[in-house]
Amino acid sequence: MKVQSAPFDPGAELNAFSSSGQNVGAVVSFTGLVRDVDDSLKEMIIEHYPAMTERAIAAIVEEAWERWSLSDALVIHRHGVLRAGDTIMMVATSSKHRADAFAAADFLMDYLKSRAPFWKKEVTAKGEDWVESKTADEDALSRWDR
Amino acid sequence: MVDVLYFAWVRERIGLPKEQVETSAATVMELVAELKAREERYAVAFSDISALRVAVDQELTEFDAPIGEAREIAFFPPMTGG
Repeated sequence: MKVQSAPFDPGAELNAFSSSGQNVGAVVSFTGLVRDVDDSLKEMIIEHYPAMTERAIAAIVEEAWERWSLSDALVIHRHGVLRAGDTIMMVATSSKHRADAFAAADFLMDYLKSRAPFWKKEVTAKGEDWVESKTADEDALSRWDR
Repeated sequence: MVDVLYFAWVRERIGLPKEQVETSAATVMELVAELKAREERYAVAFSDISALRVAVDQELTEFDAPIGEAREIAFFPPMTGG
């Protein structure tokens, strides 16, 4: 897991991740980008809670390990000032077969979205606005209730 | 003494990221009531706690959670990671 302000190369990360496992038949990855909704985004500022971020992500990853048969899992999440098109974060999972890798990646994304302590602010020509959490994101978590 | 941290718009409304608070509050809710009584900016920031989340010693919890021996309490809006 990496929490960083520096840019990273998701392709290089994925190649390294994919070549590191034994008995791996499936790798699933997700990359999140800064979206410029109506061509007016100057920057996106991502704030986080440093003392909590890594342990919150670790707890989410730990739960994924308990639920699915994984060979490996990777989470990279940036904070600081980003621009449209920049890579915000990536998740990768690997397993023997694809079902576990897909489900675990989906789970990790749902939980990182609403349980990891990051807050996004969009700066446009009109001003600054904190991105509001969506009810749909919270609802998505209930899919994973056991 | 407990460290109280604020993030995102909660930090902006209160006007600082962190402060030390002398409190005898037993629960997070009691601490919120003490903060709200301080000044208007706190009252505004905490006017609707359903719009807020709280972490005690870096663990997400509920507003009725006891403070106990906690050293750090953080208030923030729902998270928007990913």
